[in-house]
Amino acid sequence: MTQDAATRWRPRIRRRNAIGRGFALLTIVSTLLGIAVLIALLIDVFGDGGAQVDGHFLTNYPSRFPEDAGLRSALLGTLWMLVLTAIIAFPLGVGAAVYLEEYAPNNWLTRFIQLNIANLAGVPSVVYGLLGLGLFVRWFALGRSLIAGAMTMALLILPLIIVASREAIRAVPDSQREASYALGATRWQTVFRTVLPAAGGGILTGTILALARAIGETAPLITIGALTFIAFDPTGPMDLFTVLPIQIFNWVSLPQREFHDLAAGGIVILLIVLLLANSIALFVRFRLQRRFD
Amino acid sequence: MLGARLTGRIPVAQDVNSSPGAPEVRSQFAPRRRRALIERGIHVVLFICAAASILTTAGIIFTLLGETLAFFREVPIIDFLTGTRWTPLFVSQSFGVLPLVNGTLVVALVAIVVAVPIGLMSAIFLSEYAPARVRAAVKPVLEVLAGIPTVVYGYFALLFVTPILRDIFPQTQVFNVLSAGIVMGFMILPMMASISEDALRVVPRALREGAFALGATKFQVTVRVVVPAALSGILAAIILSVSRAIGETMIVSIAAGLQPKVGFDLLSSMETMTAYIVQVSLGDTPQDTIEYRTLFAVGTLLFLMTFVMNILSDWIVRRYREVYE
Repeated sequence: MTQDAATRWRPRIRRRNAIGRGFALLTIVSTLLGIAVLIALLIDVFGDGGAQVDGHFLTNYPSRFPEDAGLRSALLGTLWMLVLTAIIAFPLGVGAAVYLEEYAPNNWLTRFIQLNIANLAGVPSVVYGLLGLGLFVRWFALGRSLIAGAMTMALLILPLIIVASREAIRAVPDSQREASYALGATRWQTVFRTVLPAAGGGILTGTILALARAIGETAPLITIGALTFIAFDPTGPMDLFTVLPIQIFNWVSLPQREFHDLAAGGIVILLIVLLLANSIALFVRFRLQRRFD
Repeated sequence: MLGARLTGRIPVAQDVNSSPGAPEVRSQFAPRRRRALIERGIHVVLFICAAASILTTAGIIFTLLGETLAFFREVPIIDFLTGTRWTPLFVSQSFGVLPLVNGTLVVALVAIVVAVPIGLMSAIFLSEYAPARVRAAVKPVLEVLAGIPTVVYGYFALLFVTPILRDIFPQTQVFNVLSAGIVMGFMILPMMASISEDALRVVPRALREGAFALGATKFQVTVRVVVPAALSGILAAIILSVSRAIGETMIVSIAAGLQPKVGFDLLSSMETMTAYIVQVSLGDTPQDTIEYRTLFAVGTLLFLMTFVMNILSDWIVRRYREVYE
């Protein structure tokens, strides 16, 4: 029996090691594949669109004539959208995070809110667009305005801000809160003067990243009926608008090659804006995040 | 009378605060009752912020449901769910949603075939093979891939991947499912890789060491011990990836075309549920028409499909998580 097992036992070390090396190589190739696609995408976009980017491209309105067309209204729309969305989403998100971390009792309602936020994060963005269309555009009668778009976007990124803010607040050690209470501070004074400043870096970073996500979103704004052709500057929250990704989508959808290059130019600008936002987030994280050891 | 009472009280309060005998510092403290009131008010405001998420969900359900129920008063639900012709924008209207579901699932399938193997292998590399420095360099790059707007992926699919496909398969249509699916796969790859990697990393070291002690090679340890131990997390990642693929909108709107049809020809154009929503939204569809309501009927179906998958993935993680101490 033992002799039988011994003769059947063949370590085949060399073969096993060869398989192992092949597998390791495969994992490396897979990882590189993702990176290669990213590089191909960037080269493709910058190759097609780099030449489009000049002063006129940024200051002209869109046009039927590709050589005159520019991003002015889309850039301004994105800027408006960014500010309005931040004004709505930031206080709501941070407030919700503070409530869940500092105030909420451990009961069914709190668990329900948490479960609900987790589920909202998984709802497709186009469904938020339908919510915005039915609720803000039609029911609140805000029309296809900047404010209707910003409210839709704010709801879309709210779960991201809440999750990031909660993590930042949770990272503030209890000793800080206890010190504040020991000085006679109330709960809100403790939250506002001790916890929030300490968690500020993380909260701000999370908010900026969430806003970056909002800058790139297209589908919900198309669904609420944002226009693809706007040849004027938006001047208030009730104005019609377009944003960078919608302008890009519009140009991609046209059959002519010249408009495709314009789309690539728009993508270059969009990616630069996103890069800027992410750099600011990194900088904030680096400068403001307090470490408690 | 009420006014007299009020005016009668204010001077009293002022007297207390400004009485010469009281120490100066006392005036800095807000009266206790007022502070308690502020605290309560803030508590309520913060609760409302948190409850806004519930209102959002309620808003989604009510807007979707209201229009969808109105839709089903005109189109029998059974026709909607089993019909194979989707022509709501034509003169002879048909409201069978199956072509849109077919398109959605075919694109998602292509995306999954790309994202799951590559994502899982990347996760294995990052968790089991990569040195800490390589891992620290690769992870942010994958995060960049996840942060690129979907409209950019749409451009890439239509104007980079599709021409390549047309070189390889000349019968490929300009708008085709394969191109959109492949690019979508790379879009969800970072999520797949990141969730799987988290699942692999929580497998305790002792399990790996036990397997090594039995003479297993690194490959055997990975494939026979670590991956099976992390299987629930990997499965959850796959389901979340499917959910993301089903809800993805811009790539398919740009690159997969607007042909609602049942079939499996990857080189031809198909319309997904999300692309239909965008198509109708771009037109100026008046409210209270059946076309307008199709938006919400399709949206409800989309919401339910992704919702069930998100719940399922959450449940798998909870139910099948191996608990190690």
